Amino acid sequence: MNEIFAAVGEAGRMIARFDAAVVDIVLLSLRVSLTAVLLASLIGLPLGAAIAVGRFPGRRALIVLLNALMGLPPVVVGLIVYLMLSRAGPLGEFGILFTPGAMIIAQTILIAPIVAALSRQVIEDTWQEYREQLRSLGAGPAASALTLLWDTRFSLVTIVLAGFGRAAAEVGAVIIVGGNIDGVTRVMTTAIALETSKGDLPLALGLGIILITLVLSLNAAAYWVKEAAQRRYG
Amino acid sequence: MEMSRRVLLGIAFAASMLAAPPVAQAQKFITVASTTSTEQSGLFKHLLPIFEKKTGIEVRVVALGTGQSLDMGKRGDADVVFVHARSLEEKFIAEGFGVKRFPVMYNDFVLVGPKSDPAKVAGGKDITAALKKIKASSAPFVSRGDRSGTHNAELRLWKQAGIDIAKEKGPWYRDTGQGMGPALNSASSMNGYILTDRGTWISFKNRGDLTIVVEGDKRLFNQYGVILVNPAKHKHVKKDMGQAFINWIVSPEGQKAIAGYKIGSDQLFFPNANAKGV
Amino acid sequence: MLPLVLNNVCFAVNGRTIIDRVSMEITAGPRTVILGPNGAGKSVLMRLCHGLLNPTYGSVAWHGAANGRNRQAMVFQRPVMLRRSAVANIAYGLKLAGVSARERELRARDVLEAVDLAGIADRPARVLSGGEQQRVALARAWALGPEVLFLDEPTANLDPGATRDIESLIGQIRAGGTKIVMTTHNLGQAKRLGDEILFLSQGRLVERAPVDRFFTKPASAEAEAFIRGELPWK
Repeated sequence: MNEIFAAVGEAGRMIARFDAAVVDIVLLSLRVSLTAVLLASLIGLPLGAAIAVGRFPGRRALIVLLNALMGLPPVVVGLIVYLMLSRAGPLGEFGILFTPGAMIIAQTILIAPIVAALSRQVIEDTWQEYREQLRSLGAGPAASALTLLWDTRFSLVTIVLAGFGRAAAEVGAVIIVGGNIDGVTRVMTTAIALETSKGDLPLALGLGIILITLVLSLNAAAYWVKEAAQRRYG
Repeated sequence: MEMSRRVLLGIAFAASMLAAPPVAQAQKFITVASTTSTEQSGLFKHLLPIFEKKTGIEVRVVALGTGQSLDMGKRGDADVVFVHARSLEEKFIAEGFGVKRFPVMYNDFVLVGPKSDPAKVAGGKDITAALKKIKASSAPFVSRGDRSGTHNAELRLWKQAGIDIAKEKGPWYRDTGQGMGPALNSASSMNGYILTDRGTWISFKNRGDLTIVVEGDKRLFNQYGVILVNPAKHKHVKKDMGQAFINWIVSPEGQKAIAGYKIGSDQLFFPNANAKGV
Repeated sequence: MLPLVLNNVCFAVNGRTIIDRVSMEITAGPRTVILGPNGAGKSVLMRLCHGLLNPTYGSVAWHGAANGRNRQAMVFQRPVMLRRSAVANIAYGLKLAGVSARERELRARDVLEAVDLAGIADRPARVLSGGEQQRVALARAWALGPEVLFLDEPTANLDPGATRDIESLIGQIRAGGTKIVMTTHNLGQAKRLGDEILFLSQGRLVERAPVDRFFTKPASAEAEAFIRGELPWK
């Protein structure tokens, strides 16, 4: 209990004095996870829509695979990406290892299946309702997919937020491909891991509180925007 | 539809700003694979800004165990390795992965354990005797188990105590496979004995009931060495900048900076680049 | 596009025959009402005509000139409104038909005016009442200027007031030159809105007659029973 009070105090102090190191870490965390979620959505949303609307051999197997990939262990993704980007690996010459770029790649791989699998389900449900009317109006598969993506946008926002939450919370992937380098690839979760291993539990908890507050604020903001839009568009 | 298009454009623009790396990114950097003991003790936070200010070279430290750091060197993912396991380092060079080993600094290992001291080893100066007592009393002992320099030293000491730990261990021997910090956390929470380097111990904040029980034995001497990864094996190694780092850290200025790193009044690492036979 | 010719059309699903050897021709002119008890296959027949389903056997062909989906439209029993304003729903159909952006906004508002819904043009379509939504659906179909308008039980879910509105709207569309093909199980509506009756029973086209003759002198036993069944007070 003492440690938790100490942590809250530590968190407050860090925020109040705008600790430069902490600010850098927070900005990097946002940069990495937001970029990853953007890329994952650019991949996952159209993929989810295409699978929802399309009819092709192996479709059901693909759906099962996507659903299973939602449970990819971050540390395994980190390991595989590390082996790919290592100098001894196939993509080593690009020198991406131990940079934020590598972390973005790993997190994108982690979140894309989540976005694809969940959006596929949401879009397929709406597709059942819209299918006949859209076909009657002359919409082909591509036009239908785009219409569905737009019409399910509120649910999709929630899915994207879920993806962001997963990215911001994980440590296994980014610590392996990023190396937790001070000032370069240290993000909130890896900083917490480091401070914990140094035994500085109040500081680690304090950072944890900041991280949770950040994710909460982002979710609240997104929800507020969603509510406003929903009132306008139904 | 127009309003939504504008919203989407806005999001895309903001995202691209977020994703673009900071314009003034220093391309002038080297990657140093080092150990958790040097990183977590805070030595690098003290040392590197001095070097960076002098040369403009950014030093990026990836802190893993000695074994992993040497593996990074073998794979070519680092330019310099800075570890503390002489036998492994010499093997590294013999196999052609490193150019030359320079001794840099030393500290010592200490055995820490619970104040209650179930194995009755406190105050002793003989590490092998202490280890024998710990095994005899089956007191909990935490091992790094991660091919680190500290783990290497621990195994060496069991051997010197005449114990084949792989065969003779029991449930009292907790092989955690963790870095120094997490292993200390484990030892603290289970009130066990653990071998640690003094630097990490001094800066460790979650001691719980643990305290130093054995120190000063010559066999607890812990030497650090620095090696340039062999550019012949990996063309992309930044050999000039890497060598500049090595040159600096063994230079009088670098050695003075190492000696200058203190926590409170305790000096954590002792420069000895000029020592022979280490 | 008309006439629409069905030749020996069968439709079966999982071994169950839903449409059984139906041959008929739909020509321009009379308002065609497809009548029959629930489960007779009226909705399936309508979808076969519109092209949403393909016959298991036999052919469905437009023997007239100028083929194209936007020359026929369909309104369903439950209106499918996209998650946008009423006018945007109509503009959506026009966009699929290739109408320019400026033009479709104008035409959409015009047709909403014609169905007396100019006041709710910018409201989210999904918050409108059932009757209003169905009127928007009709407006959406009408805006395309179709040669044939299929309606599948368009007032089955509406109250009498809304039903009256829809029926009068269908009359307006008919007056504009569009051929009406409609299904219903409501005898009163069939009498009000039909010029000719196609009576369907258990997937077979049992009888076809002008509306007056059908109701006064039904030729088939099934039709007779159906008419009697629906008018207990006759």
